[in-house]
Order: sequence, then C-alpha cells, then structure tokens
Amino acid sequence: MHNKSVAELSRELESGKISSVELTREFLDRIKAEDRQYNSFITVTEDQALADAKTADEQRAAGKASVWTGVPFAHKDIFCTNGVATTCGSKMLANFVPPYDATVTANFRAAGAVCLGKTNMDEFAMGSSNESSFFGAVTNPWGLGNGEKRVPGGSSGGSAAAIAARLVPAATATDTGGSIRQPAALCGVTGLKPTYGRVSRYGMIAFASSLDQGGTMARTAEDNALMLNVMAGFDPKDSTCVDRAVPDYTATLNEPLKGLRIGLPKEYFSDQLSPAMEQQVRNAVKEYEKLGATVKEVSLPHAKLAIAAYYVIAPAEASANLSRFDGVRYGYRCDNPKDLNDLYTRTRAEGFGGEVKRRILVGTYALSAGYFDAYYLKAQKVRRLIQQDFVNAFNEVDVLMSPVTPSPAFVQGEKTSDPVTMYLEDVFTIAVNLAGVPAMSVPAGFVDGLPVGLQIIGNYFEEARLLNAAHQYQQVTDWHQKLPQ
Amino acid sequence: MTISREDIEKVAVLARIRLDEEQIPALENDLGNILSLVDQLSAADTNNVEPLAHPLDAVQRLRADEVTETNQREAFQAIAPATESGLYLVPRVIE
Repeated sequence: MHNKSVAELSRELESGKISSVELTREFLDRIKAEDRQYNSFITVTEDQALADAKTADEQRAAGKASVWTGVPFAHKDIFCTNGVATTCGSKMLANFVPPYDATVTANFRAAGAVCLGKTNMDEFAMGSSNESSFFGAVTNPWGLGNGEKRVPGGSSGGSAAAIAARLVPAATATDTGGSIRQPAALCGVTGLKPTYGRVSRYGMIAFASSLDQGGTMARTAEDNALMLNVMAGFDPKDSTCVDRAVPDYTATLNEPLKGLRIGLPKEYFSDQLSPAMEQQVRNAVKEYEKLGATVKEVSLPHAKLAIAAYYVIAPAEASANLSRFDGVRYGYRCDNPKDLNDLYTRTRAEGFGGEVKRRILVGTYALSAGYFDAYYLKAQKVRRLIQQDFVNAFNEVDVLMSPVTPSPAFVQGEKTSDPVTMYLEDVFTIAVNLAGVPAMSVPAGFVDGLPVGLQIIGNYFEEARLLNAAHQYQQVTDWHQKLPQ
Repeated sequence: MTISREDIEKVAVLARIRLDEEQIPALENDLGNILSLVDQLSAADTNNVEPLAHPLDAVQRLRADEVTETNQREAFQAIAPATESGLYLVPRVIE
C-alpha cells in the first residue's frame, strides 16, 4: 500500500479493501523501521493518528467520507498544530505546543485526513539543504544505496525525503525562495508553490511574509491537485490572502496540451547549469513537444539580480518577524537572566542557530538608519523589475520551463562553510517568489543516479494549468514512480 | 563590500542578539560576503521604478470593528516560561 498515491489510497479506502486504521498502522510502522536513517520526522503523533484513523473509518462507514477521509499525510513542522509540538526546526520553539491550528492544519483536519506527524526542516525555513535544523540534518533517500549521505534540499527537506522514502504519501511544505521546489527536485517528488496569497499563511510560522507561501508535495501531480483543493482559499485571518474563487484542481488534469505555448528563459540555461542536467531538462521539453506544445526562447533580463534582491528582502522581513522570540510569552528562555536586556539577548543568542542569526543581523543592517534606501527600497524596486519580466514573458507564452537546480543533490557538509555558496543553490527558483507567481517541480530524469527536477512556472493563479501540464507529462513518463535503492 | 566589527556589534545590539568575542571574525567574513552579493543591486537602473511590497499590489484589507476573538488568556499563558496572576514575568525593570 505504501507505494500507492493519495488518489489510489482514497479509492482503496472507498472500496473497503483496507481501513484507515490499517493504512495508518502500515505507514507508522514504516516510519518507525526506516526513519532512523533519514531523520525526516521531528515528531510522530502515533496515538493521535490512530485515533483520527478510527474516526475516519467510522465516518466512511456512515457514508460521510470525502477524498481525504482516512488518508495519511504529514505536516511540515512550520504549520501550527493544536496540542502537538511545532518547532520550526529551532531550539527556540523546541518546547512550543501551539494552542491553535494553522488554517492549513484546520483544513486538512476538516477533510478527515490523518496526520502522522511533523516533518523536519531547516531552522525557520532558512536553508537549502536541511542541515540547519536543530533536530539534525535530513538524509536524502537517493544516493544512500551507494553509501552516500546526500542532502534532501531545503527547507522542506523532511517532507520531500519522507515522500521519497514512502514513509508518507503526501506532505505540506512552504516555499519562500525555493523551499518546496528544490527539495522536491533533489528527492524526485512533485511539488507546487502556489501563487502568493492563494493559501492562507495564518498559523504558518513567518519567515519573510511578502514571499512565504504554503504549498504541496506528493509523488504525483494529481495528488498535488488533491492537496491544493484542501489548502487553497480565502482566509480572513491572513491579511495578504486573496479572495478569489478556487477551482477544482483535479477537473482539468486531463485537458490535452495541444497548443500549449512553452517559453524557455535563456537566463536559466546558463553556464551555471551542468550539461548533464541541461540534457535532462531539454529531453522533458521534447516530451511536451510530442504532446503538442510549442516551444520558444524567452528572456527574464533581471533574473540575475533575483538572489541579490532576495537576500535583502528576506532577511529584512525575517529580522522583523523573528523579533517576537524574546523569551517572554512562549518558546525558549535562557536560564537566570540578570536583567531584561540579558533575557532578550541571551535567549536569542542561545535559541537561534547560526544561519538564522546571520540573516537577522543582515536584515537588521539593511533596515537600519542610513541603509534603508540603499538596501531595502532598492531591492523592492529591483523586485518590480523582476516581476515585470514575468508579466512580459506571460504575454508571449503560457508557461515557462527550466531546471529547478544547477546540479543534483550534493553531499552533506559540502556547502555549509560558506553561506553564499548555499544561497546560489536557489538561483533558478528565487525570482518566482519575488514575482509571486506559481511554480512546480516535476521529476524529469536522473543524473548519476540522482533525481532531476523540471521547473514549470505559470502566470498568476494558473495552478490548474501547471498541474494539468505536470499530470500529462506523468502519463507519458515514469520518473515520478522510481524508487530509491 | 566589508562590514566593520563596530557595525556588527551595533547591529547585534539592535537585533538583541548577544555575540561572543570569538564569533565576530567569522561574522565579519560571512556578512561581508552576503553584502558583496547584495551589492549587485547597485548596478540596476531603478529610476522611476515603484518599489514592490506585495506581488499583487494588494493593500491592507479592513474589517468591521467587531469583537471576534474570545479571551483565551489561560491557554496562551500555559505555554509561557513564567507567569503569575495572569501576568508574564520578566526580570525587574524598575527598581
């Protein structure tokens, strides 16, 4: 059963071939037996999951089931779960048990899905390798067969690794600069970052509020559509959430792709990309041509400035958001503070890890008197130029396709010595967050036995078109079905 | 781009993060590298470009001035490091 998709598991439950309790037990047993080698979960909620599964079985027996009723999944440990520890991968929140649910959490609860636990992540979602988690690095299931401990990507590395290892069929994730697409690519799973504002951020622990977006991760595009059906929608509790009708994302999965206009941004096929990676991406584009799509080169002339703009805007917003962690109301507090300032400064020095502190300091610097215009305002202006590039490209084509990462999963420890080297991992993903458009990562081949992701970028609110394009590709390829050895 | 030891110490005070002496050389190096990366922005021509704060240029939504939340003080304070009589405790501020 653990190799089946959410859609398949839902049908098995509906047919009565298996109960949710049996299914939940199977996945819990797998986590128990195998997660020691991946470390993809921070918390496993066994008792709660089995109780929820029992309730789901009762609902199904009473004829009150939806697609998700009784289907196991996991939450990235950034989504607040009432009564269950929510750590955001940080010592600062290691003891934090939220007294409320995130809207995304509540939505899955209402749909009857069974949450198995909370997945590991880079601390406060800051990282591209899942090595900055207070709860230890996550190991990519791919490459492990050769004795190599490779990163799963980040920051949603726990979600991606758990799905790749078949410990869970689907998991929530978040993406501020590539944190869904990059781990999905490195672990060979399918992930979607929706349009900014499509999914509520309420109860999703904030990193950079103008960029953060909750999204989906699973093996298939169809499962991503099923997840987005639960997650998308207006929420009055999130002031930047968009009030706009939500389509049924599964309804258009089978539309033919004939006439789909694909643009290849020439800046994303640069010398940063290894020839072997480029070959895999171009092969995927060829498949789309066979399906009736047309392809042309386009340009995103300001894309090269995306990392620079991001590393002003994201740290600036992070420095403001993370000022709430002061050792007073919840979370970590240092021992024996001698005065209020000592309480603040030592709590934050001891509670935050190195990368989080670096970003808070950079952000504080960029927002400080005398530097605001030169850094923050300048970055916001460049952000508009980057957005305009996407608007112009979508006047010519329906979707953009590119690689997700310059190279496949790297070995743990390889990029931890220099933060800037790690930042360049997101060179193809970051502009999407600055523009706020939706994008996916779809498994599209292998290089040296490691998965390669194809990035599909869409215009605002065109998640259905992306899911349709990914689903059609998955009908003629089986990269997304491959199992790590 | 370099950042001075004084700048780092000043920013750490603003950010309320205590730094130990031995952390500063590595931070000078790392923050200097990050700021060098960020300096690419100065080459961009942004004359007459409006800054972008929200990707959809949405503005703050207003709601009716009604009480929508119930008082959950006990639930919220149950997870606080130190409380007394419904108050959060911090070290003495006023002697």
